[in-house]
Amino acid sequence: MLAFILRRLGSAAIVLIFVGVLAFILFRYVGDPVNQMVGIDTSIADRDRLRESLGLNDSVIVQALRFLGHAAMFDFGVSYQFKRPVAELLIERMPATLELSLISALLSLVIGIPMGVASALGKDRWYAKLLQAVSLAGISLPTFLIGILFIYLFSVTLRWFPSFGRGDTVKLGTYWTTGLLTSSGLRALILPAMTLALFQMTLIMRLVRSEMLEVLRSDHIRFARARGLPARSINFRHALKNSLVPVITVAGLQLGSVIAFATITETVFQWPGMGLLFLQSVQNVDVPIMAAYLLFVAAMFVAINLVVDILYLAVDPRLKTTSKAH
Amino acid sequence: MTFSWSRPITKIRKLALLSSLGVGLIASTLAGEAANAKTFRFAFQGELKAVDIYALKESFSLGVLSNVYEGLVRRNAEMKLEPALAERWETIDPLRWRFYLRKGVKFHNGEDFTADDVLFSVDRIRTPGSDLKANLPADLVAVKVDDYTVDFVLKTPNPLLIAEWETFSIFSRKWAVANGATEATSASATTPPYAALHANGTGPFIIVSHEPGVKTVFKANPNWWDKPKHNLDEVIFTPVTSSATRVAALLSGEVDWIDPVPVADIPRVESNPGTMVAAGPELRTIYLSFDQMRPELTGSNVKGKNPFKDVRVRKAFYQAIDVETIKTKVMRNLATPSPVMIAPALFSKYNDFKRFPYDPEASKKLLAEAGYPQGFEVTLDCPNDRYVNDEAICQAVVGMLARVGVKINLLAQTKSKYFAKILASGGYDTSFYLLGWTPATLENYNVFSNLMMCRDEKGKGSPTNLGGYCNPKMDDLVNKALVEPDPAKQEAMYAEAYKIALFDDVGYIPLHQQALAWGMSKKIKVPQRPDNYFIFAWVNKE
Repeated sequence: MLAFILRRLGSAAIVLIFVGVLAFILFRYVGDPVNQMVGIDTSIADRDRLRESLGLNDSVIVQALRFLGHAAMFDFGVSYQFKRPVAELLIERMPATLELSLISALLSLVIGIPMGVASALGKDRWYAKLLQAVSLAGISLPTFLIGILFIYLFSVTLRWFPSFGRGDTVKLGTYWTTGLLTSSGLRALILPAMTLALFQMTLIMRLVRSEMLEVLRSDHIRFARARGLPARSINFRHALKNSLVPVITVAGLQLGSVIAFATITETVFQWPGMGLLFLQSVQNVDVPIMAAYLLFVAAMFVAINLVVDILYLAVDPRLKTTSKAH
Repeated sequence: MTFSWSRPITKIRKLALLSSLGVGLIASTLAGEAANAKTFRFAFQGELKAVDIYALKESFSLGVLSNVYEGLVRRNAEMKLEPALAERWETIDPLRWRFYLRKGVKFHNGEDFTADDVLFSVDRIRTPGSDLKANLPADLVAVKVDDYTVDFVLKTPNPLLIAEWETFSIFSRKWAVANGATEATSASATTPPYAALHANGTGPFIIVSHEPGVKTVFKANPNWWDKPKHNLDEVIFTPVTSSATRVAALLSGEVDWIDPVPVADIPRVESNPGTMVAAGPELRTIYLSFDQMRPELTGSNVKGKNPFKDVRVRKAFYQAIDVETIKTKVMRNLATPSPVMIAPALFSKYNDFKRFPYDPEASKKLLAEAGYPQGFEVTLDCPNDRYVNDEAICQAVVGMLARVGVKINLLAQTKSKYFAKILASGGYDTSFYLLGWTPATLENYNVFSNLMMCRDEKGKGSPTNLGGYCNPKMDDLVNKALVEPDPAKQEAMYAEAYKIALFDDVGYIPLHQQALAWGMSKKIKVPQRPDNYFIFAWVNKE
């Protein structure tokens, strides 16, 4: 077990180094950061001085290695645009992204599972067909379009929810700010969380539906029915429970992508999270932020996968034997 | 499968009902705590990065921060200079300007404003992190005469000395020293720069909090030395990057002012009962120009020579472009076609000029005379997120030039890529380009000295003269005009210089001045400054 974890940690480190170097080299081709840092009539001498002081005249390899060296000590440099340490900026923005992603993951479970159950149980009924159609829309409509539609419907026309921002926030401890404790924060959360949740929600609904249909056909359900158990008990105690295992795996793995791909939702709703920071830094060629964010996302995926692997190992004895055989 | 599914469904229905009820409740209770009438909320497409006004020369940041920091002079809504922290000034001789400082002015932290602060600010604006170094001539020396008098001593006469002094903002020496902010905020700093997040000016608004890229809160300065022209208690700024969201925020009344309104959304904002669009002329001139320097173009199929060195080719391009169509179709009338490289508000002889007429036939003839009867191919460099409808303008130009046989390969890119290619740092790698320019000094000399006077390969001379147009006769005239004391004669000399560069040599194709398009709540009254500095110290809210 320990050897397995160590081996996984080793490959995780290689992945991170690779992502770091790749990200850094790619960003060299996004444009010239200096042009975004000064006005257009700033003199050439001043531009050169700035370029020199940022170390942009060194070769890409030297810059990438320097970045990695600092990153290993959790020093991601200073943002070109905000002139503040990148680590500080990311930590400031992290609570917004995490709250948004966790709430929308929760929403997608709380709404997606009942939707899946309903569409499995009444599979030929009109509402099941409606749910299927809705889920198709949820899967195929791009997030930004859904976001804009929500804004025009719920903010501009009905005026129920704000169209942008995070509302008022409360500080918890040194680093965490939360919008969950103020009414304006909660209101501001609803539209972006729904937008972000919609894709996952329909994914989970479809997954639950197909799993339920599968389980409902299996022998133990038929026996339960033959024994005359009430339908409610069959559907929810036996069938649903058995369908949920893969759903939880998928939902857990998807959490990583919800956090990483909150970028678009954050941009549409001007949600002050890390994704928005990242997109803005792409426009401004703020290389330190871009590189640090990508590293963060890579680290998160690596961590989630590691946890899943370990859980599998704990759950599935077959994996243990193969890992020993190596 | 006919067993009961009715239960879960009713449950879901109940749940849906409950949640929508909950939603309605939250919504209705919160509608009650409507905004305080004296809070002004505004959204802009970009962020306010560091609040150190010296850190970035960009009109939005300078405009917003000039509500917090003030210079010795300032500009009014008509762009005329007027006294601010200096009560008055005089030129003792052409090399010595004397400023009499206003007494009784206090910084936001309560310190008195004196001559020491002016001297300190002269030093600070010249520190490496400053992007405003050009606001002061490099050889200028500031001399303290007494606590409220400062002399500025020059090596060469400079009639434009104070043209950019609105943003030569005065920092408190004591505050900067106490907080380690004596140098302008630089991105290469190793310590978190204090002045990037905190401000201490003398202006009508005080920064309460600044979360970069998220929100900045200002409150009115009760001890401001001047009589306020606004009636606000508090101002909240949020950047909103997505245009659709920004417009939605205005329509739903969450913000009182947005900039810019995308051209396509103007009818929507106008038709909404509570909002309007304030459109006005902006000072930026959008123009096209050519590489007139290299012996062979980098982006063309013509080899061994540079077609743009021939004035007939340049004029043929000029006459092939229909600016009226660009104005009506691309800009939806939010543009003023321009014969010269400066806005009408800044040049008294603007109306003496008339563009060459749009004439594709004449254009074809000129091309044939120049030896290109079949036209030729050339790449047009164009930004796609810098000016209003920039890419669409370029596309229109592509179509218009195709009609005279010139095949344009359009390279429209995001501004970071675009500027990296075409500016001096990219080796002026362009054959044909679209650019916009607002003279920071708000007069003609800046246009010539940045865009139109001769330069060498490295950019010595006019650094932003990307195509390298060069006519020493025009340069002489402009240099003489700069030191001409009689304004009428000076304007006539600049007019002559424009005639040489734009009509005799056709070195540039000025297209238009784009218009400002502010989206505003009808409760807001604010004068619009044509340089798009947004001065919320002039805002009045019902």
